[in-house]
Amino acid sequence: MRNKIAIQVDDLTVAYNYKPVLWDIDLVVPEAVLMAIVGPNGAGKSTLIKAILGIIDPIAGSVSIYGKPYDKQRQLVAYVPQKGSVDWDFPTTALDVVMMGTYGSLGWIKRPGKKEKKASLEALEKVGMLAFKNRQISQLSGGQQQRVFLARALVQNASIYFMDEPFQGVDATTEIAIINILKELRKAGKTVVVVHHDLQTVPEYFDWVTFLNVKKIATGPVKEIFNDDNLTKTYGINYKVAVNK
Amino acid sequence: MSNPQIEIQLIAAVVAIACAIPGVFLVLRKMALISDAISHSILPGIVLGFFITQDLNSPLLIILAAITGIITVVLVEWIQKTGLVKEDTAIGLVFPALFSIGVILIAKNANDVHLDVDAVLLGELAFAPFDRLMMSGIDLGPKSLWVMGVILVITMMLLLLFFKELKVSTFDVGLSSALGFSPAILHYGLMSISSVTVVGAFEAVGAILVVALMIAPAATSYLLTSDLKKMLMLSVLFGVFSAISGYWLAHWLDASIAGSISTMLGLVFLMVYLFAPNKGLIAVMYRHKQQRIEVSLLTFLLHLNNHNEEEERHINHLQEHINWQKIRAKTVVDLAEKNNLISINNQVVSLTEKGNNFTSIALEYIITNKDEKIEHLKDDFFLFRG
Repeated sequence: MRNKIAIQVDDLTVAYNYKPVLWDIDLVVPEAVLMAIVGPNGAGKSTLIKAILGIIDPIAGSVSIYGKPYDKQRQLVAYVPQKGSVDWDFPTTALDVVMMGTYGSLGWIKRPGKKEKKASLEALEKVGMLAFKNRQISQLSGGQQQRVFLARALVQNASIYFMDEPFQGVDATTEIAIINILKELRKAGKTVVVVHHDLQTVPEYFDWVTFLNVKKIATGPVKEIFNDDNLTKTYGINYKVAVNK
Repeated sequence: MSNPQIEIQLIAAVVAIACAIPGVFLVLRKMALISDAISHSILPGIVLGFFITQDLNSPLLIILAAITGIITVVLVEWIQKTGLVKEDTAIGLVFPALFSIGVILIAKNANDVHLDVDAVLLGELAFAPFDRLMMSGIDLGPKSLWVMGVILVITMMLLLLFFKELKVSTFDVGLSSALGFSPAILHYGLMSISSVTVVGAFEAVGAILVVALMIAPAATSYLLTSDLKKMLMLSVLFGVFSAISGYWLAHWLDASIAGSISTMLGLVFLMVYLFAPNKGLIAVMYRHKQQRIEVSLLTFLLHLNNHNEEEERHINHLQEHINWQKIRAKTVVDLAEKNNLISINNQVVSLTEKGNNFTSIALEYIITNKDEKIEHLKDDFFLFRG
């Protein structure tokens, strides 16, 4: 392996009501890659991220982040859930949502102060949303909401970023803006894991990919393993995608 | 005002504040119905506590009842997790079962004591000042004021300490969990304090009014603000206002205090629902009307933009072509003139430079749906506010 190991998953199995959603997943993600997790609906892509982050309890297996359990490494990890998983009518502003990213380093009870506010404003600026800092979040477009979520992850200043479908329901400009920021993160040595749906853009956006369909089909560099063979194994039909076009 | 009158209002106000705070989080978590369930299913806990202590204000009674409240929440979640029924059905299954156990217990064993279903459901604030807290012969005031006062202080302390944690776990459970703020602990913490509040308040105001005091102020303030802290403050304000004005309404009508407070809560909500500046019914209707006019305005400007020839832009001709009624046509032309978007010379309408800019920006927005360039227009035109 060329780099340090950022994420290691061993024999991870997750079940909802005794039906396995993820089955015996082994996964090693090296540091400083931009990785897509692809697979059909119900393949367990979001579940994999949630299990790594301890949001869902697995029935078997273990996860380590830079060699230690996630509990000990929370500060190294930032998470962007699916946009649809929260209520955007919640009474709060864009800046306030970004500030939530600083709560993790503050811990229980301590309140965010000037330092956290400054960091949050910088993160908003980085995603081009500074002008909207006091806007109520329901008054933002889908793309703007996703940028706010990204800013909230940036403010955590993590080493590993997990993002659940960040391109869902965003316009083309936002998609490009987001992917550029993710590429910058990779350049800075960060590891980024993205649940992704659009197979066409995988070779252009990512350098690492994991094929998932309840079981892990394949994982590795996009150049080596993003091919018809693995796509067919994952999606069950002959999936013709122009790779290396 | 006599002493008991002041005491009743004080109790009502303290209960209102203690209920409004957890109520805000229940409403935001879409768990309003849970407060209804808790308020009923604590009955068996209260009855058991009463059998053991023979005292309606004993702390043991509050603890037992609060535990029944938590059991309600756990049972609802457990039934829901089977995937066989939805949450509302699960609530509907659990609380009548627990409530009926309480009713049967009372009917079998407590027929001749001061605990009956009516008292639990409706409460009676008017009697609250008669039950005094005495300590070595000194009168310290009504017992329920002390009970609710302690509950309120605990609620306030928890809110101040864990405001940030409650906020993030209410808005985004996934993030809260990933950051290490266990949503389960916060959830059951909120459920516990809600149960304790309901138990503490039921004797004074009854199980039904407790629900109104928790949900109505939060629902009202939700329509008025987009800031969680302000929402909490407004809820407290609405709760206290309804409690005091409800008391005087009851005084004037010679009716039930609890019923009058509920009525005031309902009236306050209705007023805000109608007249709230952004989310109120009237504001929404006005906005829709404005949007209709603005769409017409844009149609009109596009027409001008498309036609250079003067006869197409003559006022009479416009009326024929766009085929609008006179009033609507006049509204649109007036609006365009007011904003300096058009100029009229010899009954021929032409776009001004500002009108030209406006039309092309608006057109671009409609085609591309990108709203960077129209940000500054959002303040003046409803059309661009999405």
